[in-house]
Amino acid sequence: MADTWIDTVNAADIAREDVLRFDLGERTFALYRTTDDRYYATDGLCTHAKVHLAGGFVLDQVIECPKHNGRFNFTTGQAMGAPVCVNLKTYPTKVEAGRLWVNIAPAA
Amino acid sequence: MLTAPAPRDYSLTGPENQRAGARGLADAEWYTCMIPRSRLKELMQRRDGPAIRDTLLWFALLIITGTIGCLTWGTWWTILPFMAYGVLYGSCSDSRWHESLHRTAFKTVWMNDALYELASFMVLRESVPWRWSHTRHHTDTIIVGRDPEIAVPRPPDFLGLALSLFSLKSGPREFRRMALHVFGRLTPGEATYIPETERPKVYRNARIYLAIYLAVIATAVATRSFLPLMLVGFPSFYGAWLLLVFGLTQHAGLAEDVLDHRLNCRTVYMNPVLRYLYWEMNYHVEHHMFPLVPYHALGHLHQELKADMPVPYDGLWAAYREIIPTLLRQAKDPAYHVQRRLPASARALGSNPQPAT
Repeated sequence: MADTWIDTVNAADIAREDVLRFDLGERTFALYRTTDDRYYATDGLCTHAKVHLAGGFVLDQVIECPKHNGRFNFTTGQAMGAPVCVNLKTYPTKVEAGRLWVNIAPAA
Repeated sequence: MLTAPAPRDYSLTGPENQRAGARGLADAEWYTCMIPRSRLKELMQRRDGPAIRDTLLWFALLIITGTIGCLTWGTWWTILPFMAYGVLYGSCSDSRWHESLHRTAFKTVWMNDALYELASFMVLRESVPWRWSHTRHHTDTIIVGRDPEIAVPRPPDFLGLALSLFSLKSGPREFRRMALHVFGRLTPGEATYIPETERPKVYRNARIYLAIYLAVIATAVATRSFLPLMLVGFPSFYGAWLLLVFGLTQHAGLAEDVLDHRLNCRTVYMNPVLRYLYWEMNYHVEHHMFPLVPYHALGHLHQELKADMPVPYDGLWAAYREIIPTLLRQAKDPAYHVQRRLPASARALGSNPQPAT
């Protein structure tokens, strides 16, 4: 089975309580760091209007889309009400030697 | 012989809808000014304090003017307090509706949602359809055939604008839609932007609105007085004039079918009283470009972006000195519009860089 863990960015490059965009070929991801240095990854585009979430606002465990203020819990992908109705896909992460790795295969 | 071009079809279900899609104007990428991510993050921070303060003051003003209106009811003196009450109810509810729709007024989500429901009722906009309508307005701002909130289609309908001073155009339309929703139906346009999952909420809320209006009317009949309707219902009409005065500055007379908010929105400087009444929506270019920034930070955002913006309008009068002649000219020449002068720093569309950190 192919290794689906992808080396993305320096973990420290993501500011606390913020989000960073990471592109891989045709795919795009949003990488998150919480205030207590936990890391998460989701699909990079809002499920409502295909806007890059990396331009959005992170508050606690919520990412707010920059275009229409749709809100997702980025730890679970749960859409938190209009105008977003479809959950985000999430991906496992790990930090090794200061690098953030994302397992892009088993999207939840 | 030259003939005037046919007016464009502003409906969401006509040929302009397909045309916008074919021209790449639907769900498109829009120009954004450069701002360091760290600064934008500061400006996007949510706070409860400013909106609690401003909302409590709004409620206090409503209670004071409404009480004086009741106490002076039956005399000519009642006109003054009800003029103030009407504006606070029928016009200020517009900006409260707008900011809480974006859920940026408060940090606490339920406070945004509570204010949104209240303000929706006051401004006579059903909360669920208008949330989706406004979402589309932000996706496709002033894109003909896509934006359901184009206030002044060309050529301008001057009678309609005059009626809108007292919501006599939009008000009856809203009641017709509400009646449709009460019976579990949507208009064809609404069906293009309200998802199936949201439609039961539309019908439920319409029935709640109807029940409230019926209760107020029953109270008026029982007391044989218009006073209950002067407090709830009528202010959405007699107090709506400032909503129109503010609202027309946002987009009227500016370009259609462009992917740059600097060309189809206005930023108008206003004094602190007007900015309070309007909850800083005078910074309208900034709001459309970065809708995550709360109203109380829009002035700061303006300072960050203004070097890459057209020159703002120095007051309502300055804006209307442009809007009125433009609309008059559009009556004869619907293709005419104001062409905002962009600074030389403007980048090409589609070249939005990743913001610096």
